[in-house]
Amino acid sequence: MSKSLYEKIGGDAAVNAAVDIFYRKVLADKRISQFFEGVDMDRQAAKQKAFLTYAFGGPNKYSGKDMRDGHAHLVKRGLNDSHFDAVMENLGATLQELNVPGDLIAQAAAIAESVRNDVLGR
Amino acid sequence: MIRYDQEIYQTELNESVLDCLLRHGIVPPHSCRSGLCQTCMMRAVKGKPTEVSQQGLKEALVSQNFFLPCACVPQEDMEIVLPDTRLFRKETYVIGKTLLSANVLRLRLAIPDNYQYLAGQYTTLFKNQSLGRCYSLASVPGVDDFLEFHIKLLPGGQISQWLHHEVATGSSITISEAVGNCIYLDRYQQRPMALIGTGTGLAPLTGIMRDALHKGHQGEIRIYHGVKTRHDLYLHETLVQLAQTHGNVRYFPCVSREPVTSPFYEGRASELAMNDIGKFAGWCVYLCGNPDMVNTTKRNAFLAGASFQDICADPFIHSQ
Repeated sequence: MSKSLYEKIGGDAAVNAAVDIFYRKVLADKRISQFFEGVDMDRQAAKQKAFLTYAFGGPNKYSGKDMRDGHAHLVKRGLNDSHFDAVMENLGATLQELNVPGDLIAQAAAIAESVRNDVLGR
Repeated sequence: MIRYDQEIYQTELNESVLDCLLRHGIVPPHSCRSGLCQTCMMRAVKGKPTEVSQQGLKEALVSQNFFLPCACVPQEDMEIVLPDTRLFRKETYVIGKTLLSANVLRLRLAIPDNYQYLAGQYTTLFKNQSLGRCYSLASVPGVDDFLEFHIKLLPGGQISQWLHHEVATGSSITISEAVGNCIYLDRYQQRPMALIGTGTGLAPLTGIMRDALHKGHQGEIRIYHGVKTRHDLYLHETLVQLAQTHGNVRYFPCVSREPVTSPFYEGRASELAMNDIGKFAGWCVYLCGNPDMVNTTKRNAFLAGASFQDICADPFIHSQ
């Protein structure tokens, strides 16, 4: 049996390595940092980890409804495609920084992309 | 079998603790149900949580048996509580009161029998059954044979007024179990540590620092104390002396509301620390005191390279 994307990227250890780098990029990104003002950082870091686990094809039971409910308040504040694009960019940059091969980055990006409509409440 | 909130629940084969509670109509806070978001975190007070259910939690939480019920298929009987639950209260008494500055009192209590805590944790001091406030411990278990607290007198503060003005040596006081995750980890021994506190945020920080030194900490330690005026530097002499006896300790007394000259620093402690240290990669960071300072510095230290796992923050929220 061939390895899953999650295993190829490096499993839980890879997610842990990626979380700090990814969250740092997101917080420092002026295009989207406004959505993270005033949130509990510990909770937020756990959610970033959940998102990365999902994007890496790992074990995660998040449903489309969870994604919708979790972002509805941000959509009201103007969350749109440009912000989702920014997150995708940060995801790609994080994986590049961790020397993940390009074809695996593309697979992770495709998984993350699949939640776009749910996140944006469409 | 799971004991929770005085009831007993039987788990089914391969059922998680969370699913078992939900099946019985108990709905604790939860979200992802995959052991990731940490919304459902609880603490096991009997029985050991499974390894899987502690994955991704900070070490300070793992060591205190916090776990994620959604990811825990129990391997033995467990008793579990919500994360902010204090298990018990114990009665003790005052063994010393000393004024450290115009409005900060050093309160020392006898250690109740079998009372366990970690340096940097906090407990609730009760005036009566229903009225209590959280205070951080400044003492170090295994080093100090008393519990020490630094009590700032707050205008209209029911507990601080009582502790300052009414309580006397010998008075009895009830305290809760000590909780909190702002603690020293043995694996930090070689690492540089930044301790940044405002006001009585210094209390847990001195506890953590003395605990670290007691455990043979080798890396450098910088302790920044931020206050408004020089007279608020209530542990100045003690910390100057400590820095003299320990070559790896440096103390930065920071005064923000009046002009000062060396050895004092003018400005905010957190800003001085940020400029001073610059790149935080590899640093262990402890933040206690004013919530704005704590939350802003947490973010800034993280953006400046500190790993999220290695930032311990304890914002002090005052109530009257």
